Amino acid sequence: MSVAAGVVERVGVRIDLAKILGIVAIGLGLLAFWVALPPLTTESVAVPAALGIGGVAAGLWSWRQGQTRLGWTGVCIALLGLLGGVFATRAAEANLEVVITWSALTAATLRFATPLTFAAIGGLFSERSGVVNIGLEGMMLMGAFFGIYGADRTDSWVAGIFIGAAAGAALALVHAFFSIHLRSDQIVSGTAINFLALGLTGYLYIDLYGTEGTGEVPAVPDVRLDFLGSIPPEGLGNFLDRAFGQLNLMIWLALATVVLAYIVIFRTAIGLRIRAVGEHPRAADTVGISVYAVRYAAVTLSGALAALGGVYITLGFVHSFTENITAGRGFIALAALIFGKWHPFGALGAALLFGFASAVAPRLENVESWATYGTLFQALPYVLTLIAVAGVIGRSIPPAAIGRAYEKQ
Amino acid sequence: MSASGGLLPPDVPEAAPSVAARFDLYQRAGGIITPLLTALFAFFVGGLVVLVTTGKNPLDTYRAIFDGTGLNWLFPWVRGEERELAALNLQQTLILTTTLILAGLAVAFAFRCGLFNIGGQGQYIAGMVTAAQVGIWLPDLGHVPHMVLAAGAGALAGALWAGIAGILKATVGAHEVITTIMLNWTALWIGSYLVGFGGPLQDPAQEFVPVMKEVSQGAKLNVWWGDPTAQGLHIGFFVAIAALIVFWIVLNRTTLGYQVRAVGFNPDAASYGGISVGRSYFLAMAISGAFAGLAGSVDILGWLFRVDLTSIQVSSTFAFVGIAVALLGRNTPVGIFFGALLFGALLNGTSTRNLDPAVFEPELAGNLTLIIQGLVVLFVGADVLILYLWRARLKLRRKPPPEVVTEP
Repeated sequence: MSVAAGVVERVGVRIDLAKILGIVAIGLGLLAFWVALPPLTTESVAVPAALGIGGVAAGLWSWRQGQTRLGWTGVCIALLGLLGGVFATRAAEANLEVVITWSALTAATLRFATPLTFAAIGGLFSERSGVVNIGLEGMMLMGAFFGIYGADRTDSWVAGIFIGAAAGAALALVHAFFSIHLRSDQIVSGTAINFLALGLTGYLYIDLYGTEGTGEVPAVPDVRLDFLGSIPPEGLGNFLDRAFGQLNLMIWLALATVVLAYIVIFRTAIGLRIRAVGEHPRAADTVGISVYAVRYAAVTLSGALAALGGVYITLGFVHSFTENITAGRGFIALAALIFGKWHPFGALGAALLFGFASAVAPRLENVESWATYGTLFQALPYVLTLIAVAGVIGRSIPPAAIGRAYEKQ
Repeated sequence: MSASGGLLPPDVPEAAPSVAARFDLYQRAGGIITPLLTALFAFFVGGLVVLVTTGKNPLDTYRAIFDGTGLNWLFPWVRGEERELAALNLQQTLILTTTLILAGLAVAFAFRCGLFNIGGQGQYIAGMVTAAQVGIWLPDLGHVPHMVLAAGAGALAGALWAGIAGILKATVGAHEVITTIMLNWTALWIGSYLVGFGGPLQDPAQEFVPVMKEVSQGAKLNVWWGDPTAQGLHIGFFVAIAALIVFWIVLNRTTLGYQVRAVGFNPDAASYGGISVGRSYFLAMAISGAFAGLAGSVDILGWLFRVDLTSIQVSSTFAFVGIAVALLGRNTPVGIFFGALLFGALLNGTSTRNLDPAVFEPELAGNLTLIIQGLVVLFVGADVLILYLWRARLKLRRKPPPEVVTEP
C-alpha cells in the first residue's frame, strides 16, 4: 500500500487509486494521439511522446497497485497512442486533413456501426439466454432482402421494416427449433442458417428481380435536426450539425435499442429471467421459469433485431440489394458482442470502434501514399477482438450455460 | 453476472454431449443411411423450391446439373463427343473435389478433438499466399523438390495460422469458433493488402491488376488427366486421397490420434487419464490448419497458378462447404470423399459455364446449391430428430454405449 493510497484511505473517501491511474493511463494515451490530429495538429514530436510516456507510467503504476488488467490496458493504449501520435506529427498536415474531419468521421462511424449495433444487440438477447447465435449473418441478410422486397411491394418503408424484421424472426425461429427442441449443436445449426439465408435471398432476388436490380424503392428517411447548428459556440454548433444534423432514422433507432436493451436485460423481471436461463437453466426451471419459452422468445427477438440491421443496410444506406450484401457483418457483430462482454453498452462501444475502422479505411485510401494501408487497417478490429478474447484487455466471460441444449426432466 | 458458479451446483453435464460423443451416436444410430437420407431430403426440398418458384420440372433441372458435372463419364454407354465433353467436365469436378476433400479434413480433424474449426478460410489464404510466394522464389530448384517445398510451406503456414487459435484455446480457453472467425477476417485483409494495389507481393509488372506473379514452371503440379493447357486434372487429387489415408492413420493408429479422440469424447476424463488436453487442442488445430493450408497450396500450384484479389475473396466458399462436407461425411475418410464429390459436383454442375440457361438459370442454380448445403448441415446437426426417426433412441437409452476408446 503506497503512501498516497494510505492518505486517501485516511481521508475516508473511497477512491480506488489503482483504478483511477489505469483510467488516467488510457486518457493520456488517447490524448497523445489526439493532439497530433486536426484541429490541433501539434508538429512537435515531444508533446505526444511526453503524454504517451506519462500514460505508460500511469499504467505501470496502476498495475503495481493491483489493477493488472486495467493497468496493462492502459499501457497498451498509451503505447498505441504514442506511436500513432508520433507517426501523425511526421505526416503531412494536408494528408491528415483528408483523413480526419471529425464531424464527417463521426457521421460515417455511426452509419457503419448501426447494422453492427442492431445485430449485436440481437445476439445479446440470444446469447444471454444461452443460445449461441452464429446465424446473425443470415438473419441480417433476410432482413436486407425482405426489407427492400416488402418496401417495394407495399410502397412503404414502414412496412418494409416490419416485413424485414419478420423474415429475420422467421429464420431465427428455425434456429430456435433446431437448437432448443431438437438439441442440435447450436454452432452447426447457426452455420446452416447462414447457408440457407444466403441461398434463399440470392435465389429469390434473381428469381424476382433478375439482374436489373430492385430499382427505386421508398427509403427510410433521414432525420434533420436544425437546432444543432445554432448551438453556441459556433465551432461546436457546426460540428454537431455536420455530425448529427442529418442522420438516418434507423441510426437513432439503433441507439434507442441499445438503451432499451440495457433496461430490459438489467432492470426488468424479463431480463432477469433471460439471464437466469442463460446462466443456470436448471435452477431457472426449478423456480418455475419455462426455459424453452424464454429461449424461443430471446432467439426470435434476436432474429428480428439482426434483421433490422440488414434492413438499415438496404433501405437506409445503400438503397438496393445485391447477393450477400451483408458481407460478413453478422460475424463482426458477433465479435462486437464478445468484445463488449455481452453488455449492451459494451457492444455499442465495440460496434462504434469497428464502425470507426470502416469509416477511416476508405479515407486512408484517398491519400495516395497511404492507400495500401487502408486495406491493412481493416484488419485491426479483428486483431483487437482476438486480443480481447485472449484476455489481455479484460477477459470476456460468456454466459455460463451458453451453447448447451437444455433437457427437461 | 455469473454469480451462479459458487452458489449452485453446476449443471448436469449430460445435457451437453461433446461433439465427439454426438458423432458416436450418429454412427450407432444410422451409419451410412442417415447421411444418405439427409442428402436425399435436402435435394427433395431443393426440387420443391424449383417447382414452386419457376414451375419447371425439378428432375429436368437436376438432370441438367448432373450432365454438367461430367459424372456421366462413368457410364459406359456415353460415347463419342459427349464422352469427351463429360471427361472435361469431370476433370473440373474433381479439381473442386480435391479442394473440398482437404477443406473437409480440416474441419473433421478438429471435430474429432471436440473443436469446431470454421477458420478454414484464413488457413486456406495463408496456404495460398505462402505456396505462391515459395513457388515464385527459387526458380532454379528442381521440379519435384520445388513442388514439395511450395506445397509443404503452404501447409505449414495454414498450420501456424490455425495454431494461434489452438494456443489461445489451450492457454486461456478462448473459444475456437470466435478466434477462428477473427483469424479469417485478419487473413482476408492482410492477404488483400499483400496482393492488392501497391501491396508488397503484387506483381510489379502489372501495376493496375491486384495479382501476384505467376508461380514458376517448376513449382506447378503435373497434370495427369486431360490437357495441361485447358485446366486438366492435376496430381493434387492424389495428394487429397493421400491426405484421407493420413487422416485415418493418424487418428486410428497413433498415440496422438488416440489422445485427440479421447479429448474429443471427454476432456476431463482424458485429463484425468494423463493426457495433456491443451497439447491435444493445439496439435489438432495445427493439423487441421495444415489440411486447409494444403488445400490452398494445391489450388495455386495445380490450376490457379497466381493469387489475385478474387481468389482471396471467394476463399470462404471452399472453407464453408468444407463444413458441410465434414458433417455429411460424418468425419470419416470415406464419407468425406463422397461428401466432397457431391458438393464438388454441385458447385461445378451449377456453374455458369456448365449449366444450360435454357433449362435453368445458372445464377439460380448456384443459390440452389447453397440452399441444399444449408438443409444438409441443418438436418445433419439434428441428431435427436434423426435418432427419433430411426427409433434408436430408446434402444440406446436402455443400454448406453461404452464411451471408452479402445487402445490402439
